[in-house]
Amino acid sequence: MVGNGMAGCRTLEELLKLAPDLYEITVFGAEPHPNYNRIMLSPVLAGETKFEDIVLNDLAWYCDNGITLHTGKQVTKIDRKARKVIAADGTEAYYDRLLLATGSSPFILPVPGKGLPGVIAYRDIADTEAMIEAAQHHRHAVVIGAGLLGLEAANGLVLRGMDVTVVHLADWIMERQLDQTAADLLQKSLEAKGLKFLLGKQTAELIAGESGRVAAIRFKDGTGIPADLVVMAVGIRPNTALAESAGIHCERGIVVDDTLQTYDPKIYAVGECVAHRGIAYGLVAPLFEQAKVCANHLAQMGIGRYAGSVTSTKLKVTGIDVFSAGNFMGGEGCEDIVLADPSAGIYKKLVIKGDILAGAVLYGDTGDGAWYFQLLKDKQNVADIRDHLMFGSHHVGDVGHAGASQAATMPDTAEVCGCNGVCKGDIVKAIKTHGLFTLEDVRKHTKASSSCGSCTGLVEQILASTVGGAYQPADTHDKPVCGCTEHSHGTVRQAIREQKLLSIPAVMQALNWKTPNGCATCRPALNYYLISTWPHEAQDDPQSRFINERAHANIQRDGTFSVVPRMWGGLTTPAELRVIADVAEKYEVPTVKMTGGARIDLLGIRKGNLPKVWEDLGKAGLVSGHAYGKSIRTVKTCVGAEHCRFGTQRSMDMGVKLEKMLFGMWAPHKVKLAVSGCPRNCAEAGIKDVGVIGVDSGYELYIAGNGGIKTEVAMFMCKVKSDSEVLEYSGSFLQLYREEAYYLERTCHYVARVGLDHVKANVVENEARRKELYERLLYALQGYTDPWANAVATQAKEYVALEAI
Amino acid sequence: MTDWKKICTLDEIPRLGSRVVKSPKGDIAVFRTADDEVFALHDMCPHKGGALSQGLVAGKVVTCPMHSWKIQFENGEALAPDKGCAKPYPTKVEGGLVWIAL
Repeated sequence: MVGNGMAGCRTLEELLKLAPDLYEITVFGAEPHPNYNRIMLSPVLAGETKFEDIVLNDLAWYCDNGITLHTGKQVTKIDRKARKVIAADGTEAYYDRLLLATGSSPFILPVPGKGLPGVIAYRDIADTEAMIEAAQHHRHAVVIGAGLLGLEAANGLVLRGMDVTVVHLADWIMERQLDQTAADLLQKSLEAKGLKFLLGKQTAELIAGESGRVAAIRFKDGTGIPADLVVMAVGIRPNTALAESAGIHCERGIVVDDTLQTYDPKIYAVGECVAHRGIAYGLVAPLFEQAKVCANHLAQMGIGRYAGSVTSTKLKVTGIDVFSAGNFMGGEGCEDIVLADPSAGIYKKLVIKGDILAGAVLYGDTGDGAWYFQLLKDKQNVADIRDHLMFGSHHVGDVGHAGASQAATMPDTAEVCGCNGVCKGDIVKAIKTHGLFTLEDVRKHTKASSSCGSCTGLVEQILASTVGGAYQPADTHDKPVCGCTEHSHGTVRQAIREQKLLSIPAVMQALNWKTPNGCATCRPALNYYLISTWPHEAQDDPQSRFINERAHANIQRDGTFSVVPRMWGGLTTPAELRVIADVAEKYEVPTVKMTGGARIDLLGIRKGNLPKVWEDLGKAGLVSGHAYGKSIRTVKTCVGAEHCRFGTQRSMDMGVKLEKMLFGMWAPHKVKLAVSGCPRNCAEAGIKDVGVIGVDSGYELYIAGNGGIKTEVAMFMCKVKSDSEVLEYSGSFLQLYREEAYYLERTCHYVARVGLDHVKANVVENEARRKELYERLLYALQGYTDPWANAVATQAKEYVALEAI
Repeated sequence: MTDWKKICTLDEIPRLGSRVVKSPKGDIAVFRTADDEVFALHDMCPHKGGALSQGLVAGKVVTCPMHSWKIQFENGEALAPDKGCAKPYPTKVEGGLVWIAL
């Protein structure tokens, strides 16, 4: 590999993950350092970080991975015929595959005096050190170019005590990232920090002083100012000289296709030196996407295409929050939503094109930047949330952490992840010390947001505010199922359906799984996709189910289990209660509790006793309540017209019918229903996956509610007249969910992804489609038998420990 | 001298599954891989004591059912970035019988 920067090293890391032994790797780097985090140079300049802290891959990493590293050696020639590269000092290396990651160089204005001492660019650690050095001995600094880098450099120099003027050609600063309103606000707050600005000025000449060092700058209009240090930050140029000299096709950068291959099939290129579909990227996030795809092709797996990136920008100047992404200037066919509060220093502009968020500029309050960026990348339809889009993600039903969107201003001691007790400080520390860039990395290292996931947004915000523009939210649509595969949930489902795959090994073989038996993430998903796509044909694999589904009971923290017998519609009898009481006494059940789903939980049963408990319960006709499964849980009911003076419909009866129909229904996640007999809605149907509310003329059906992590109010789907219609409409919605949702996606997330209109089009408006779905559900559930009775009948051995030794 | 004890037949442990054996040293989880190799670990996750025997087996790793720590069969060590160890016990399979040494 030629070039030892962030894009190249990330490619190697990805490659080593996929195919650790495929290549003997040699790396040439022109700088004398191992790979460091170039994005963090600004904090180094500002004195907030030290160089040692921004090294991403230390020398030991190269050594541990068997990589030969040549630092301080610039490759000057590629001999494509002999397949070798030659460095300036004569060092040679042969290659089977060559990866060019030569990066870019700062653009130096072609003005007289550009070569004077004291005139530098801002690109690497040497420049940073030169600036720190200059700040100790000189007074006047001029930064040419008010882009991201220029402003960060200027801010750093002010903090180092210099008198800094930023000179800019355009009429407002950061014109490639901000509109004028935001730019003016930014300029004001930077001026308050001590920066001076000269806008609309073109540099004519740099003038030397008596010592020979630069002393002043003169502009085209004849004016001038003193300058002991001039930092050029007017843009970057891809380093293509090496590639061009070897005859590789270059335009703005080294031209690559969607697999990051150059015109020479043995040579790949990634990073800032590359021109992909005519675009050369200068931000780190797209480069990491390129690295991932490139590594996959280098590993000879041949999956994945790089299709270009939408980029976002965040300025890393402490105390100032600016964010922009996408097409923030608007234009034809675009509409702007603007919120401006100048005295509070807040400005937000969202650009919407055809119901899709096309761009965003945020100033002063960027807490929702990551969320907007996600909407933008996913091209999600925002028509439904348009009226409150401007107010951020917590206005879209996130009661879990409402108002806590100010990741940057949270104290380090604030708890972010309530499940695993992770504070903001832990997350920031992990991001900095381990050089983390993705949500997955943060989850692995800190466990934050890896359990219930409700703090995911907050963790993403912390990540975004810590690493700035380097943060790349995961592409939720194409995200691989897990580390065992490159394929997304959607692709896997499609393959199972189209190729009629019937077992987990068959899926893994057909889709080139990277691990022999998958992992605890993908196997349960695959098992569900198989049995839901091919009921009665695909094999259900108990060893690929989570322990609760394998043991038909819920494991508790002390290793005992809980048993919840089904009570259809929440109804029971004295005889059933008597048996439950007897069981509780006989097996010394320590805790007996009513569940939220209107049934009884027996907690603290030893695994070995489970079959005996089930046998006793079964004698009274009690069956599994599936309180342990990604499956139908309960149908909660109110008393209804059977007894209640307000009841309009027989809700208990309706609930029992629904629950009997859905008995044994596995689903992507748990499914809860409720039936209320009148609009007073005592069964709380408004927060259920399917909520049925009786009215005088029939039933209203609500879907995709959720009372858990984030309270989501169910949405009205349609109104029906009869009990049989309730069964048909609810059943066909649940079957649609079973067929289309990704594993572990609740109905609320599924409907948010596909849209309520999609559900209505299938379930309400298209009668033939509804009946098809309904029939497929009934077929899948046909012949289902109680798993407890089965375990008792077969005298399953797994529940009992082996004979003691 | 290693004191081998017979615990069960290979068939009694499901592939990619496990059984628990009670011993004077506490519960021991005995796992069987897809290739019929057998490994034994102290049945207690180094994280918060979860029963590893109830976890999901893939390759030579079990994922604890409590908080998804991944424990390696061969040395009992947790996979990075987690740190901890569940004591491994030597096992062998001979003529369809599984043996363990405490």
